[in-house]
Amino acid sequence: MGISYFDDTPHVDQVGVEERIARFSTRSIKKTSKMQALKLALNMIDLTTLEGKDTPGKVNQMCYKAMHVCNQLPELPTVAAVCVYPNHVKTARKALNGTEIKVAAVATAFPSGNSTSSIKLEDTQFAVSEGAHEIDMVISRGEFLRGNYNFVFDEIAAIKDACGKARLKVILETGELSTLDNVRKASDLAIQAGADFIKTSTGKIQPAATMPVTLVMLQAIKDHYKKTGKMVGMKPAGGISTAKVAINYLVMLHETLGDSWMTNEWFRFGASSLANDLLMQIGKEQHGIYQSKDYFSND
Amino acid sequence: MERIEVLKTYKLYIGGQFPRTESGRYYPLLNSKKQTLANISLASRKDYRNAVVAARGAFGGWSSKTAFNRGQILYRIAEMMEGRKMQFVDELMVQGISKSNAVKEVQTSIDRMVYYSGWCDKFQQCFSAVNPVSSSHFNFSVPEPMGVVAAISGNSSSLLGLISIIAPVIAGGNTIVVLASEKYPLCGVTFAEVLATSDLPGGVVNILTGKSSEIHSHMASHMDVNALLYCGDDKAEIKTISELAALNVKRVFVRSEKKLEKDEHENPYYIMDFQEIKTTWHPIERVGGGSGNY
Amino acid sequence: MNQKENRISKTEKKLENVSKTVFKDWKYAPSPESTEHVKIAPRYDLFINGKFVKPESKKYFDTVSPSTEKKLSEIAEAGEKDVDKAVSAAKNAYDKTWRKIPAKERAKYIYRIARMIQERAREFAVIETMDGGKPIRESRDIDVPLAANHFFYYAGWADKLDYAFPKTNPRPLGVAGQIIPWNFPLLMAAWKIAPALATGNTVVLKPAESTPLTALKLAELIQDSGLPEGVVNIVTGFGKTGAAIVNHPNVNKVAFTGSTDVGKIIQKAVAGTSKKITLELGGKAANIVFDDAPIDQAVEGIVNGIFFNQGHVCCAGSRLFVQENIAANLIEKLKERMESLIVGDPLDKNTDIGAINSKEQLLKIQEYISIGINEGAEIHQSSCALPNKGFFCKPTLFLNTSQSHRIVTEEIFGPVLAVQTFRTIEEVIEKANNIPYGLSAGVWTDKGSKIFHLTSKMRAGVVWANTYNKFDPASPFGGYKESGFGREGGLHGLSAYLTI
Repeated sequence: MGISYFDDTPHVDQVGVEERIARFSTRSIKKTSKMQALKLALNMIDLTTLEGKDTPGKVNQMCYKAMHVCNQLPELPTVAAVCVYPNHVKTARKALNGTEIKVAAVATAFPSGNSTSSIKLEDTQFAVSEGAHEIDMVISRGEFLRGNYNFVFDEIAAIKDACGKARLKVILETGELSTLDNVRKASDLAIQAGADFIKTSTGKIQPAATMPVTLVMLQAIKDHYKKTGKMVGMKPAGGISTAKVAINYLVMLHETLGDSWMTNEWFRFGASSLANDLLMQIGKEQHGIYQSKDYFSND
Repeated sequence: MERIEVLKTYKLYIGGQFPRTESGRYYPLLNSKKQTLANISLASRKDYRNAVVAARGAFGGWSSKTAFNRGQILYRIAEMMEGRKMQFVDELMVQGISKSNAVKEVQTSIDRMVYYSGWCDKFQQCFSAVNPVSSSHFNFSVPEPMGVVAAISGNSSSLLGLISIIAPVIAGGNTIVVLASEKYPLCGVTFAEVLATSDLPGGVVNILTGKSSEIHSHMASHMDVNALLYCGDDKAEIKTISELAALNVKRVFVRSEKKLEKDEHENPYYIMDFQEIKTTWHPIERVGGGSGNY
Repeated sequence: MNQKENRISKTEKKLENVSKTVFKDWKYAPSPESTEHVKIAPRYDLFINGKFVKPESKKYFDTVSPSTEKKLSEIAEAGEKDVDKAVSAAKNAYDKTWRKIPAKERAKYIYRIARMIQERAREFAVIETMDGGKPIRESRDIDVPLAANHFFYYAGWADKLDYAFPKTNPRPLGVAGQIIPWNFPLLMAAWKIAPALATGNTVVLKPAESTPLTALKLAELIQDSGLPEGVVNIVTGFGKTGAAIVNHPNVNKVAFTGSTDVGKIIQKAVAGTSKKITLELGGKAANIVFDDAPIDQAVEGIVNGIFFNQGHVCCAGSRLFVQENIAANLIEKLKERMESLIVGDPLDKNTDIGAINSKEQLLKIQEYISIGINEGAEIHQSSCALPNKGFFCKPTLFLNTSQSHRIVTEEIFGPVLAVQTFRTIEEVIEKANNIPYGLSAGVWTDKGSKIFHLTSKMRAGVVWANTYNKFDPASPFGGYKESGFGREGGLHGLSAYLTI
């Protein structure tokens, strides 16, 4: 018998979770509260490029966008971070030099996580040494699903050590975990192993982030906070592309964890196309007319 | 010298026992020549109360027996009746029924018991439903017994009326306190002896003898009784019991004893009269292939 | 390295500042549903024989909005003569038209009503909320769609009744007198009218005096639908009007939803007549949470069980039983969840808990709250502020209660939850059933075998396992014991309106 990580892990009823989600999604966020939410969502974005064909040129363009989300609209915050593969960390750090924007690197044989522990550690150490502020690791889903929880726990703990000062986001890849019960278990496991953030998805597997999955993870964070007083961050990633959905997530965050979590220190959106939709909505709120994609840059 | 016959004492049947009425009262049952056939116990409201206590006590066990087992027990009752056929016929005849009618009534009574025995584990299937609700829930409705039923027999028969009252009520898992026909009480007591020697747990059926005019209002007002069945034809009594039933929202059924011998009295809806419908909801988790093909 | 660290922490600080300035005390801005497209006449007459007619009584009463205390309209009060006219119209329609119309055609009228409710859904939702005080989210997402669905569901039964009750030749009863409460005004009208029409009966319906508007709007819609005159008649008034319906000799069926006290009066009143009767009365449901329950969903279920519709729900989960070993945790979660409930203007789309239906009801709830305090139970209320005008009540818990407390055994019909703990399954079954009511119950556990054991032991007509307060036209609803008899909804809801 290994250590039991799940003594306090409650069961999750999927239908009940979805009913709760329906309540968040029917909140009506208007006027000043909408403007606040749009700007906050923008400020919480991890602008991401994770493609095989990524080049320094592409990364540089994205970094420029991160700093200047829309020069035409005044008083906009920047995004929170850019998220790249380890080999592009240096490029990103250079491009973002002197700004507040952080550089996050996916590591640990992203996205499958299928490699040796030593390679995963090296991957992480490399990204950190290149200057990554944040490491987005993937858990070994195969080991998790076969019940090898000690392995998953130890791996996260080892990567956490390797992160040093960098903050560790642990990607559960919920689209491969099948049930919300598994999502809750994996969340508890990752939190206990030292995750600074838990994150839904790599973006490479469907479904990526969903509100039910995110709610279950938020509840794991909340229970941990109640027990230990320690805050853990949350990052839904993939599939959140509209301002409306982003606001729904913020409502969920607001009503589940409360205002202390409503900063990009504790909540991120892993998304690339969300920014422009937020901008279009901000433009609509400021000018009172509906916007077109043609007026917003696509980097 | 001719042998002296040993006469039978007709008592009440409560909780599987044969007590005399606590009141010590009786009424003489006369034949057409005004001769006393028997001294019949004149049940009091306290006897009724004791019977309800017995019926309530038996309800949990009887209702949670398997339906199949209830069916077997009802069938066993029919078997025991068959063995006592001649006794029932004789009793009907001393109460003034012709031999051919008596034989017919006993046969019909036994067959009716067999009929309801068969329903014990089937009516649920006919009257349940899986309800296609518009949310991700499994939803089903099933009949469940109401609880303790109090019944008043009419005066149209001695045996068949009683069987027609008792069988559908207990087939559905209820327990019952029944006041036998005031005019023809003999078979009721003999039927109690059948029950006592069958596998029916004590208290499931409790048979009182006495006068409806005296205790119908107490039967209707008792707060631990869930439903009433009235098979007489006294309009004033019907009104009284229906009014008093409202004290604890008892379900009231008034049933005619006309043409008791007909098949229309063999009817699963008579079982359903004493059933509640319980609807249960439970979520259905839909993950993975939940929304796709399979 | 030092430099880098410095910069990281500086960056973090700046980012934090950005967030905080963007986002200080996020509150949802008011988001009121528009009332512009809604027409409420200054006065409503009685709907008899297809027309709105002035009451013989010549009397009118006000209907007010419980959230603003403003008068919305004035409503005719039907006296005995008016009821007699309505019953005659219904009898006439039954004898001359409705019973002769082929079932297939009958169905199409009912379908038509369902569709027209869907078309005018928003208008109905807004009026329901204005007149009754329930949040627009509920009237829009629950009451009105369910009402339309109820008509749609029963419409299809009209020509299929032989399959519902084999070998019985099901026949309509005649005139159905129907009396409905104020907690779900339109939905209860649908629950009553739809099955009555589908089975071939005609209707005299009396809505509650505090919430008559949506039923009268439904009367307008029925007029538009072309339903033959007199098939549905709607008479407004108080208890006396209801009594006149119940006691009318030409009424063949009485269907009542409301309090157990009034239900008993009605049962007594029809005693000795041939009127068929169904009663859907009060409740005090046990909502039972075991230590292996999906706890966060259970908290939602508890909240939905008692705070849905301000607790004005006969099947509300008003007695919470929590297994003692998880009680502290669960109650903490529950209290926190209560803090996020928004109490206020029912027309605001973000409101979770609207106005108490009437001043009278608010006083009754407040009286029970003081009873609970005097009984020594520990009170907890959410910290929300209540509007200055209108009838509002904070979501309320009473902790450390027992079956001997009055707040535990009496129906409060408000957002007040009595919490008890239990240790074993036998104990909780006994306590759950230790009440004269038997309408509903809730059970929360992850173990299937335990669920089936519990649901079969609950002496209640509706049992929600790992969910609560779910309704559907296909699902029968109704009680055991003093919660009434007969079922509404589903196949089982048909028999209340048929001779079989």
